[in-house]
Amino acid sequence: MITALIRKEIRLEFRQKSTLGGVLIYITGTIFTSALCFAGKVDKPTWNALFWVITLFTSVTISGKSFLKETGGQSLFNYLHYPPSKFIIAKMLYNMVFMVTLSFITFIFYSFFISAEVGNPGLFLAVLVFASSGLAAVLSLMSAIAAKAGSGFALMSILSFPVAMPLILVSIKLSKLAMDGIEWAGVNPQYFIILIALNLLTATLAYLLFPYLWRG
Amino acid sequence: MQNTVPRLDILNETIRNVYYHVPIWFAMIFMLTVSFINSLRTLSSADLQHDTHACNAALTGIFFSIPGMLTGAFWAKFTWGTWWTFQDPKLNGVAVSLLIYMAYFILRSSVEDEIKKARISAVYNIFAYVMMMIFIMIMPRLTDSLHPGNGGNPAFGKYDLDNQMRTVFYPAVIGWVLFSWWIYRLINRISVLQKQLDE
Repeated sequence: MITALIRKEIRLEFRQKSTLGGVLIYITGTIFTSALCFAGKVDKPTWNALFWVITLFTSVTISGKSFLKETGGQSLFNYLHYPPSKFIIAKMLYNMVFMVTLSFITFIFYSFFISAEVGNPGLFLAVLVFASSGLAAVLSLMSAIAAKAGSGFALMSILSFPVAMPLILVSIKLSKLAMDGIEWAGVNPQYFIILIALNLLTATLAYLLFPYLWRG
Repeated sequence: MQNTVPRLDILNETIRNVYYHVPIWFAMIFMLTVSFINSLRTLSSADLQHDTHACNAALTGIFFSIPGMLTGAFWAKFTWGTWWTFQDPKLNGVAVSLLIYMAYFILRSSVEDEIKKARISAVYNIFAYVMMMIFIMIMPRLTDSLHPGNGGNPAFGKYDLDNQMRTVFYPAVIGWVLFSWWIYRLINRISVLQKQLDE
């Protein structure tokens, strides 16, 4: 059933291309604007900061849409046909995969337009995978809350930014190490444990709490 | 409180602030925990009273963060030389938890229906509380911090607090926590009266 739900999500995404297209245009737009501003070359901390800002906003846009786009009839249909636990797992998995893909696209575009030497690209990409999947998990639940509250996208960003902060902070710390070219052996494994634990924790909480939202 | 205190470098007499600053944060965490428990009860029982209690406890907790921050800022000014620093994970954590609870109040005010409001804000509160706890309890232990007990700095409890200070510090903790509980109960009564007035 979960795979069926994910397949449905993918099909919906490509049928109404507005979200996908909008996000891609958002990513290229911000990257291109910053490239023009910085004349294609920035120092490492700025590069890092800008990258995470773009990723954060991309993930809020993507995951925000995941529940907000479902109108009354659609959510009633989902409510009647799917158990909430499977529904939220499908949503989270889909958002995670989508978000990881998009963050890789962002990374490629971004390093293409604004050059900065990432000292340890493997570490950077590993951080990126966990950070964007964690963001997707957090923001899926926030999107469900905002959709139930019925006040749209503004509330979504108000709710999400503070709760996404722990994740973002650890990711920024790790990605700074990656920028400076620290080897794997020099990275404190505690950071990765925290990052993975945050992923698991947010996903579990979303899984446990979602059924209560669903009933309303 | 007029006891002699251990004379420590940099801290000097400001160590007396430990009677205020630390217990006030304990009171805040206590209140936010009360709020969290009430949110759990809201979800398990669907009783709207728990939701009101959760909101009031969060309000009291945030109220206690103001003196907590002021005493902290003064202490920081005289020991670290600055009112506020972004280098310390505990300070960042507090800033983020304030944002979280602001978001919680905004969420509450944006939902009209009482039952819906209770359930949605309870879900957010539970999630937010866990995130906040991670931020202010676990993160400082992982990174460098200016606070005692974190990032290699010794904690007060180990050897800085002498027995004379303990005789003030522990009652102060109990006192501030009970004080927060008292305010919380008062606000609860106000909400009951308000509700009766509205009807």
